[in-house]
Amino acid sequence: MAEKTLMKGNEALAEGAVRAGCRFFAGYPITPQNEVPEYMSWRLPQVGGAFVQAESEVSAINMIYGAAATGVRCMTSSSSPGMSLKQEGMSYCAGADLPIFVANVMRGGPGLGNIAGAQGDYWQATRGGGHGDYRTFVMAPNSVSEMANLPAKCYEAAFKYRIPSMILADGILGQMMEPVEFTAPEVDPKKLTEPSWALGLNHGREKRIVKSYDLREGYLEKIVLERIKRYKQIEQTEVLYEEKMMDDAEIAIVAYGTSARISVAGMRLAREKGLKVGLLRPITLWPFPKARIVELSKRVKKFLVVEMSMGQMVEDVLLSLNGRAEVHLLAKPGAAVATADELYKTIENIVKKGAKEYAAAK
Amino acid sequence: MQLLNKKPESLLDIPMHYCPGCGHGIIHRLTAEVMDELNIRSRAIGVAPVGCAVFADSYFNCDMIQGPHGRGPAEATGIKRSKPDAIVFSYQGDGDLASIGMAEIVHAAIRSENITVIFVNNAIYGMTGGQMAPTTLIGQKATTCVEGRTAKQAGYPIRMSEMLATIDGVTYLERTTVHTAPGVLKTKAAIKKAFQNQIDCKGFSMVEILSMCPTNWGTRLDNPSEATKFVNDNMMKVFPLGVYKDAKTV
Repeated sequence: MAEKTLMKGNEALAEGAVRAGCRFFAGYPITPQNEVPEYMSWRLPQVGGAFVQAESEVSAINMIYGAAATGVRCMTSSSSPGMSLKQEGMSYCAGADLPIFVANVMRGGPGLGNIAGAQGDYWQATRGGGHGDYRTFVMAPNSVSEMANLPAKCYEAAFKYRIPSMILADGILGQMMEPVEFTAPEVDPKKLTEPSWALGLNHGREKRIVKSYDLREGYLEKIVLERIKRYKQIEQTEVLYEEKMMDDAEIAIVAYGTSARISVAGMRLAREKGLKVGLLRPITLWPFPKARIVELSKRVKKFLVVEMSMGQMVEDVLLSLNGRAEVHLLAKPGAAVATADELYKTIENIVKKGAKEYAAAK
Repeated sequence: MQLLNKKPESLLDIPMHYCPGCGHGIIHRLTAEVMDELNIRSRAIGVAPVGCAVFADSYFNCDMIQGPHGRGPAEATGIKRSKPDAIVFSYQGDGDLASIGMAEIVHAAIRSENITVIFVNNAIYGMTGGQMAPTTLIGQKATTCVEGRTAKQAGYPIRMSEMLATIDGVTYLERTTVHTAPGVLKTKAAIKKAFQNQIDCKGFSMVEILSMCPTNWGTRLDNPSEATKFVNDNMMKVFPLGVYKDAKTV
């Protein structure tokens, strides 16, 4: 489809997943992601797929665990409180090397929080969330078009590396409408080769087992070390980011998703006043664009992290820079959103008034 | 020499880790015999639980998955909906199915998922060392109720078959036992029916099987009749055998 369609973020996400080959969805109602299961409930039967409204988030992720074990492209979606419930299953999927796709349309937290968009689940998404040593491939869209086209990338990485993948969006991206162009190539799951590990109709071959445990001494360590090799490969090859006006920038904003959109508006105000501001927008949150940040620090000496959380992604920026440049933070927790004007004032404060850096302020 | 009996093809010829007098070995064998007889091994996918039967994924000679505690019916749902031609069974104990996995089993039944559930009820947590289960009898001793379960402190044992029988989506429910030879034969017939129902696309079937746990019951390991006596005299009073639901179609 070349032409643009006006779509809601959550619906674009669901349609994007279907076009990327998703044929099984299980989910549970929670605002602000309800349009995803609603869309899937009628859309999947059209393409010969199956939809189940699960009795809980816990059950939904375990349906995905079962479906993924058969090699099918599957999906579950939720919002923050529901994602907490899914963490048990996420850990098992990671431990069983299953290529699942999960979307978190974040809302305010902790607890029941509220239903407005927020980015408070960054740590949960990028640090594992569930128990044990594992990683999740996490992508952060910043437009309805990316909601539509990133699921394909998630499936690609998930199957290539046998790792859980996630779209980390927020309620604003889920609820807003924008023109969408589906640019990712459409996948016909019937034309995909069956993975060598998939459960199914075995026609006399050796039995296959999907599991996350090994009680024999030393064996689990070997399994996890092998997985870490894949994680290293992902860190080296799968990093995605976008930059704006970085060529002559003296101060670099680092922001993802909705925060990155607001940052563009704030950056424009600053540029009008002659302040040389650029934007680095991580599209993959894990792997995080560490190497690019280090490279930028050779000439950019001030970084400003903008996030709709208390200061979560800023830790990745601090870890990447390791003291190579000043780090500032504009944090908006509790489902609050910075305004472009507020962002401009923050930049002005850093550049002209020498605001105290975040780590030092801590 | 004439071969009179052999291990079913659906069970691998490897040593099992189960304790002396445990019922799991019998129930594994019955399930495997049924899989052979119905010729479904090559399209069977089994879901192993958390608990003593966690290693069932090694013993059955068909594709197997092992997942989180209690979530077997959810995993089975995902598998069956993705591979409708597969014969999917969930093998679960009473801590797994009747405690932490209560929601999953009830809602799989409500949806009338076309799956087969083998529910082994031995009234105790085995793998973790004999804690009180939701099925532990009043007065029965466990490591978390050393003086015996009291209704005042821990409520009453749950009767899963009776409860699930109230659900419209359930096709077939039977409670059997493996503590006697006739019980073993009846259990096999029930398991066979529960699989045949799935082959015939009739919906949710479950067999609840009363089973022995001499190790954690504290009955004598050198005298297995102590454990079978416990099933006979105590468990069967609280968990009466019988067919609780047998609907033609749902």
